[in-house]
Amino acid sequence: MMTTNTKNVETEAPVKESKVVKAKASKKKIDKPKKSKSVTKLKKRESRMGYVFTFPWIIGAAVLLIYPFIQSFYFALCHLVFKPDRTRVIDFKGMENFANVIRRDTTFIENLIAYVMKMVVSVPVIVVFSLLIAMLLNGKIRCKGLFRTIYFLPVIVVSGPVMSMLTAEGAGSINVVNMDSIGVALQFLPTYISEPVLSIFQNIVLILWYAGVQILIFIAAIQKIDSSLYEAAKIDGGSGWECFWKITLPTIKPMILLNAIYTLVFLSNNGNAAITDAISNAMFEISRGYGYASAMAWMYGLIIGILVIIIFLLFLQKKDHYQKQVAKVKRLEKRSRKSLAKAEKHMQRNNLKFEKLVEKQASGKKAKGGREND
Amino acid sequence: MTKKIKSSEKTELNKPSFSKDKVRKFMLGSKDDMGFLRKLFTYAILICVGFVFIYPLINMLSTSMMTLDDLIDTSIQWIPSTFNLQNYSDAAGAMDFWESLKDSFIIAGLPTIIQVCICAFVGYGFARFDFRGKNLMMGLLVFSFIIPPQILMMPTYVLYLDMHLIGHLRAYIIPAILGQGFKSQIFILICWQFFRQVPQSLIEAAQIDGAGYFKSFFRIAIPSAAGALLVVFLFSFVWYWNESYLANLYINGGTGKFSDYKLLVVQLAQFNDIYTQYAQSGAQMGAPQNNESVRMAGTMLTVIPLLLIYFVLQRQFVESVDRTGITGE
Repeated sequence: MMTTNTKNVETEAPVKESKVVKAKASKKKIDKPKKSKSVTKLKKRESRMGYVFTFPWIIGAAVLLIYPFIQSFYFALCHLVFKPDRTRVIDFKGMENFANVIRRDTTFIENLIAYVMKMVVSVPVIVVFSLLIAMLLNGKIRCKGLFRTIYFLPVIVVSGPVMSMLTAEGAGSINVVNMDSIGVALQFLPTYISEPVLSIFQNIVLILWYAGVQILIFIAAIQKIDSSLYEAAKIDGGSGWECFWKITLPTIKPMILLNAIYTLVFLSNNGNAAITDAISNAMFEISRGYGYASAMAWMYGLIIGILVIIIFLLFLQKKDHYQKQVAKVKRLEKRSRKSLAKAEKHMQRNNLKFEKLVEKQASGKKAKGGREND
Repeated sequence: MTKKIKSSEKTELNKPSFSKDKVRKFMLGSKDDMGFLRKLFTYAILICVGFVFIYPLINMLSTSMMTLDDLIDTSIQWIPSTFNLQNYSDAAGAMDFWESLKDSFIIAGLPTIIQVCICAFVGYGFARFDFRGKNLMMGLLVFSFIIPPQILMMPTYVLYLDMHLIGHLRAYIIPAILGQGFKSQIFILICWQFFRQVPQSLIEAAQIDGAGYFKSFFRIAIPSAAGALLVVFLFSFVWYWNESYLANLYINGGTGKFSDYKLLVVQLAQFNDIYTQYAQSGAQMGAPQNNESVRMAGTMLTVIPLLLIYFVLQRQFVESVDRTGITGE
């Protein structure tokens, strides 16, 4: 015991001044435990390994994602034409391409608006429909496997040319259901509502063919819900409808968000022949060049981005009030800890400087005193 | 003394054969059995929707087997008069079926294998390690899923032209190696979600026993992820097979500079022209003109390889989403 005491005294002697800092630190009581050097070394090694593992993707993202992204924006702002011998002519023209797209190309704006209407109508239809089918398939039914096979079949088959062939043959609507009667039934609604609804019915097969993956996701999500929740609700007298609204829907809300975004992205990439064709045609046209097509693609992407943001705002789960408060306190704590660590560093540096100064003076005095003594 | 009760003297228990209670129980169901009405409703909806789903395929099948006379004959709508496969052989000849099939398999298969490996690698990196900028990178991943490929299509085309990738299979392979294949963001996310479920203590135990990082990846993570990797493989194969838009651009060079590879779906996209060429070349005497049934036969031929794979592996396909754990544990 005596030895340890003396050891402590000895080690603490040269750093007398930093006792002040330590006292201050303990007063504040926000004390991060000091990790040993080997732990931080392990952490550093692990993060380096993380970079090694994701290395291919980082390079890919930099070369094939970020660079073309910036270049595409740059193309949209200039007039770019490929000459036959593969040289390029680039003039910077500013927003002229965008203005041209809006002003001169009559079909593009119409196509965009038609596309937005189609999305606004199709995405909810597909999501709701797949939710219904998933609920139905979840009950006690025989031949579940057969039904799931049938519903997933279109995902395998759908590809651009196949779909265009099928639409050309008119297989998009069902002949047995009489379209005119539905048109008559919807007559009393204003045109801008009845028209999309009618187009849904006319293309119902094509719309439903995009719902395969969503049905599977919903089935998987609904099966994961704990059945004891339902039993508890039934004991407390909940009806089936209430069970659906209060138990099923809130639990699968993240899945609804996932499905809505997935549907939107897939419909934008595959099923939309008008705009994508227009873009790819404009790409190889010599009179307008790449810049024009780039501007069109950017506007298209912007519209999709707006739709995605709308979906996010509708379905993103809001954090709990208490969770928000806890997060806020944590953030403040982190900030104060960081500033405290900074202040501590400053303090230590100043203390060291002070020490050196004191030593210098002391040694200077000693030298003077020694010479004097001599 | 207990009297023996003869069977004829047994009191009638008066079982009601038709009571209101029984009807209600039958129709509306008791606690753990759906009633008849509800079952009827459910099955009816499911069968109708199933019919709506298969309707185009059945239409295709029946139209493709009709001869010209059947098409003109209005009384024949669903069942052709003869089971003739003549249309199929015509369409197959026009589309150069076997060669296109082989090419499609190569083009779909090779990038798929690469994509499975790389996505597992990258997904493991995201799941297991914590490094600076990880959130930013995952955000970039999701963002790159949402933007339409048309935005990136042009500069990428220019880039590939400079790197002499257009027209070769390399145009698919090199992006797959770099983690940017078709829809590979989904696959990376699936692998990430899956590898998050590998218990950390298992990996730490392996570390204590001296396994390095790569060894624990190959020995622990991959064998447990066989299900998810199979899912990635199947979906990636199907999407690479069906992609005609970008394939036309990158492999065929867009403006008609043809390469050696003929994709089945791309052949289908140009079917009308190809068939008129074929019919006029006189290779087949008496080959019918381009009509509906031949087109349907062509479409059917394009769809059949994938359908066969699907029917063989249907359980893997259908249970795939469940297996990846994307909906929670």
